[in-house]
Amino acid sequence: MSETRRAFASVRATARLIAIKDLRIERRGRVLTNQVLPFALIVMVMFAFALDSDAVLERVAPGLVWLATLFSTLFVIARSFAVESADGALDQLRTSGAPSAGIFLGKALALMAQLLVLVVVLVAAAVVLYRADISGQGGVLLVTTALAATGGLAAVGTLYGGLSAGAKGRETLLPLLVLPVVAPVLIGATRATESAFGTNGIAVSEGWPWLGLLVVFAVLFSVTGAIAFGSLLDE
Amino acid sequence: MALDLPVELSDAVAVLGAFPVLAGANLTVQRGEIVLLRGPNGAGKTTLLRLCAGLIELERGRGRVLGHDLSTDRWSVRHRVGLLGHANGLYPDLTVTENVAFWGRTVGASDAEIAAALKRMALDGRLADVQVSRLSAGQRRRTALAALVARRAELWLLDEPHAGLDASGRDELDEVLRQAARAGATIMVASHELERAGTLATRQVEVVAGQVRDLGATS
Repeated sequence: MSETRRAFASVRATARLIAIKDLRIERRGRVLTNQVLPFALIVMVMFAFALDSDAVLERVAPGLVWLATLFSTLFVIARSFAVESADGALDQLRTSGAPSAGIFLGKALALMAQLLVLVVVLVAAAVVLYRADISGQGGVLLVTTALAATGGLAAVGTLYGGLSAGAKGRETLLPLLVLPVVAPVLIGATRATESAFGTNGIAVSEGWPWLGLLVVFAVLFSVTGAIAFGSLLDE
Repeated sequence: MALDLPVELSDAVAVLGAFPVLAGANLTVQRGEIVLLRGPNGAGKTTLLRLCAGLIELERGRGRVLGHDLSTDRWSVRHRVGLLGHANGLYPDLTVTENVAFWGRTVGASDAEIAAALKRMALDGRLADVQVSRLSAGQRRRTALAALVARRAELWLLDEPHAGLDASGRDELDEVLRQAARAGATIMVASHELERAGTLATRQVEVVAGQVRDLGATS
C-alpha cells in the first residue's frame, strides 16, 4: 500500500472511530433528544406566538426552520467539545497520534447526523405549526438541501468548536465565531427550502442553484477544517 | 530505535508566553526507570512532562524522546507516550471497555491487545461494562492507565497521579505502576507526595526554577 493510500486509510479509520464514539456518547447522554430538540421546538412555538398570523407564518416558515436550526446547532457543537474537555480527553487526543483530519471528519460526521435529526423534527414542526406544504419534487430538494446545509454547519461547527475548545469564555465565543460565518448557509438553505415548500409560488427549480451554494460551502469548510484542525487543536 | 534512551534533555529551554519555565534543564532517563519529579509549585514539573510528550515546543537546547528529536520531530513522540494529568482523559458516558478500546484503536490496537490491557489492570471482570461515571476515583485512574497500556505507551508521564485517591486507591496505583515498569514501560511521575512517590520511584530529580537536579537512586 502506498504512503498516500495508507494515510487516507488512517484518516478514514479515525473518522469512523470518532464518529461512532461521539454518537454512542450522545445515545447514552440523550442531550439531543432531551434538551436540544425540546429547545428547538420551543423556539418554533415562540415564533408562532410572536408572529400570530397563519399567512405570515406560512411565508416565513423556511427561514424560521433554519434559524431554529442555527440556534440549536450552537448547543450541539458546544456539547461535542464539552465531552472532550470534561475529563481531559482533548489532551489524550492530541497525544494519540491519530490524524487530525480524521478527528475533524469524525466529529463533523457525528455532528451532521445529529443536525439531520434536528432538521427532520423542525420541518415536521413547520408542517404542523405553520402549515408548510411539501410536494414530491420539493421533497427531493428539501432532503438534498438538508444534507448539504447540515454538512456545512457541521464542518464550520467542528472547526470553530475546536478553535474555541481551550479558550476562556468559550460558551460566548462560539456563537460570535460561528453565526457570522454560517450566514451563507442560512440564506441558501432558506431560499432552497422556500422553493421546496412552494412559498409565495416559488418553483422548485429555483431552489437548485441555492443548493449549489450550500454544497460549495460544505466542501470548502470540510477541506479547510481537515487541513487546519491539527493546528487549532494544538493552540 | 530500541537502544535509544527514553528521555535525553540537554540545556532544554521551554517558554510559556514570554516566561522561560524550563531554563536549561538537563535530564536523562533510562528504560524501565520510575523517576520522581519533585519541586515546588511553578518550578516547571508539568512543563517538563508536556515537553517530553511533544505538546510544547523546545525553544532552545537539545532534546530527544524515544529517539525522536523534539526540535524537528515532536509529532512522532506523541503517539508513543502517555500523558496523564489531573484529569483521566476518559469519556464518563462510555463503559470501561469502550474507553480502553477507543484509545487503543486510535493506534490500531487489536481486540487481543485491548483485552490484555483490561486484564493487566484487573478491569476485565465485573467493571468491564460499567460506565466510567459510576466508578470510584481509583477505578477511573486504573481505567486511564489501561488506556495507556492499550495505546502501547512506552513512556508514561504522570502529573500528580495520587491526587484524589484514597489509601487503597493509592496502593493500587503504585502496584500498577511497578508492574508497568517491570513490563518495560518508563515512568516519570511529578508529585508533591514525596513519601509515597519516593517509595515508588527508582530515582528522584528535583525541579527548581526551571532547572533539574539529579538526587540519585532511591534506596
